Amino acid sequence: MTTSEIAVNMTSGSDRGGRAPLLSIRSVAKHFGKNVVLRDISLDVAEGEFLTILGESGSGKTTLLRIIAGFETASAGEVWMGEERLDRQPPYRRRVNTVFQHYALFPHLTVEQNVAYGLRVAKRPEMEIASRVSEALEKVKMSAHAKSKPSKISGGQQQRIALARALVNRPRLLLLDEPLSALDANLRRQMQVELKSLQREVGISFIFVTHDQEEAMVMSDRIALLRSGELEQVATPREIYGRPATAYAAQFIGHTNLLKGEVRGGIVRCGVLTWAAELPDGPVLFSLRPENVRLAAGNSASAGSVRVRGRVRHQAFHGATELIRVECGDGLVLVVRTPGSGGALNDVELEFSAADAVLVRESPERI
Amino acid sequence: MFSRAYKAAVTLPPLVWVTMFLLMPYLLMFCYSFWSVSASQTIVHSWNLDNYGQLLRVDVYWQTLLRSMWIAARVTVFSLVLGYPLAYFLSFYAGKKKDLLYQLVIIPLWVSYLVRAYAWKTILGSDGVLNTLLQYMHLTKHPLEFLLYSPFAVVLTLTHIYTPFAFLPIYAALEHIPRNLVEASHDLGATPGQTFWKVILPLSIPGVVAGATFAFVLSLGDFLAPLLLGGPSGIMISNIVVSLFGAAYNWPLGAAISFCMLLLVVTLLVFSERLEKKWSFS
Repeated sequence: MTTSEIAVNMTSGSDRGGRAPLLSIRSVAKHFGKNVVLRDISLDVAEGEFLTILGESGSGKTTLLRIIAGFETASAGEVWMGEERLDRQPPYRRRVNTVFQHYALFPHLTVEQNVAYGLRVAKRPEMEIASRVSEALEKVKMSAHAKSKPSKISGGQQQRIALARALVNRPRLLLLDEPLSALDANLRRQMQVELKSLQREVGISFIFVTHDQEEAMVMSDRIALLRSGELEQVATPREIYGRPATAYAAQFIGHTNLLKGEVRGGIVRCGVLTWAAELPDGPVLFSLRPENVRLAAGNSASAGSVRVRGRVRHQAFHGATELIRVECGDGLVLVVRTPGSGGALNDVELEFSAADAVLVRESPERI
Repeated sequence: MFSRAYKAAVTLPPLVWVTMFLLMPYLLMFCYSFWSVSASQTIVHSWNLDNYGQLLRVDVYWQTLLRSMWIAARVTVFSLVLGYPLAYFLSFYAGKKKDLLYQLVIIPLWVSYLVRAYAWKTILGSDGVLNTLLQYMHLTKHPLEFLLYSPFAVVLTLTHIYTPFAFLPIYAALEHIPRNLVEASHDLGATPGQTFWKVILPLSIPGVVAGATFAFVLSLGDFLAPLLLGGPSGIMISNIVVSLFGAAYNWPLGAAISFCMLLLVVTLLVFSERLEKKWSFS
């Protein structure tokens, strides 16, 4: 794959069948004094899409969300919702609702009053408020706690109320700022599934911010990977996993082997590994997923596959699979994920298909 | 964890202090309020309710007490009306100037009460700053006499003195409101005005109650401002107590009035604490 193909790949997920995007972020930048938090972010969100902004802490993901919600103003760039310029509107005029990281439920109001808040300030008729609130509470299975104060219910329940409070307003776009991070692992997994099915049911676009790549993979239609204030890659979970654009994307999402090498005359050389590829001469970097490397069987390599001998340095049994670190000489270490190998290994021969080695861009250090 | 001796050593000093300087004097005052003064100006230690009867019978006592409460109520309202917006502005909109402005509000508290009361005397007097200015601008022909030696002067001075006391707990309450609640309110479509009435004000009620209590209780018991600026129409109940314990030499009656005030204040404190608890959510 050439670099121009990668560039095409990066944007391919965004224009879904040519429909106009619901939200369009155009060249947004943000700096606090000299501290640059976001740099030239352009991103479209389609109607009904579940988009995850994934990044480490300090990557600027929450700032981007706050710019969409209106709690921060962008230093440059524009945010559009359909034909409407969003970034000039105060937060209370945007048809966007947020589920806050620590829920931000009003402590002086009951669960029911919390959920009714948006409709009350919009001065909807009381009859309508009552029916919409009870419907929303039912949707998140919290009808029984309608009269409780937020301090009297658990974190997971507060989470559902925060969700109901936002969704009851029928926003065009829902923003979720690490809403599951405060929950324990089991509850989080359960909420991931619930949230995803709820999103399908209501058909509202979600922008979900998280630092958890597994969460992003499970829930999203597309993932926007943010690194130090810049978009690293925007693609579906399958694309971003199978065809990472950069070394950072390959490493951040799942495990990978990064192979550094050189192309000369149509031959790739990465240490002791060589294979043929139609690439221009020069330095190259490949990502090779551990599960794409096999323990070789039989004597002859099949067409298009690469074989290498090595010595097993470490074996970690994970149940369904096993991770094996193999030293192949010349400083090259390959991590291999195989189904249970059946016991201790020593010298092995590894095999992978050259097509599984994905050309990635280097991810330079950013300050 | 700690030895008995250690616990006793730690608890004893404050216990002695409270007994010596709080419980004993109050008990003594309580006893005095049932005694009387003889014609030869000696305290008669015979127990009766005459002093309390006199309190109800003699107009000047209960009328002054009512007037004092009325003055204190006005001071409370004005302190809140000045203190709340100030605290709100400082907490939500002052940005980087917050600390500086906070100090500016607090600084008057370090200036002697007497100095501030005298300052108002200079401002409000017949030849005072305000009257001179008004006449200079030809807004009035003669000095306005009601400015000084009136309940007006007392209310003005006490408001000036006790506004920081109302401001402080309100400011503390506002500072405690998580800012993401304000964001959540805006996010749900509430304008800044709606957010204030529906989120910020309800969550700051404990501070308002505490501030109001400070302003009311402190100004109710004040005697310097009415003494310096109140004139005959502006005297307050504490002035009466002071004179009963002084020139009039009627300690028992003074004690009876003091005890009534103490009861009033304690009731108020209990009531305000309940109110604060009811409105606190953290």
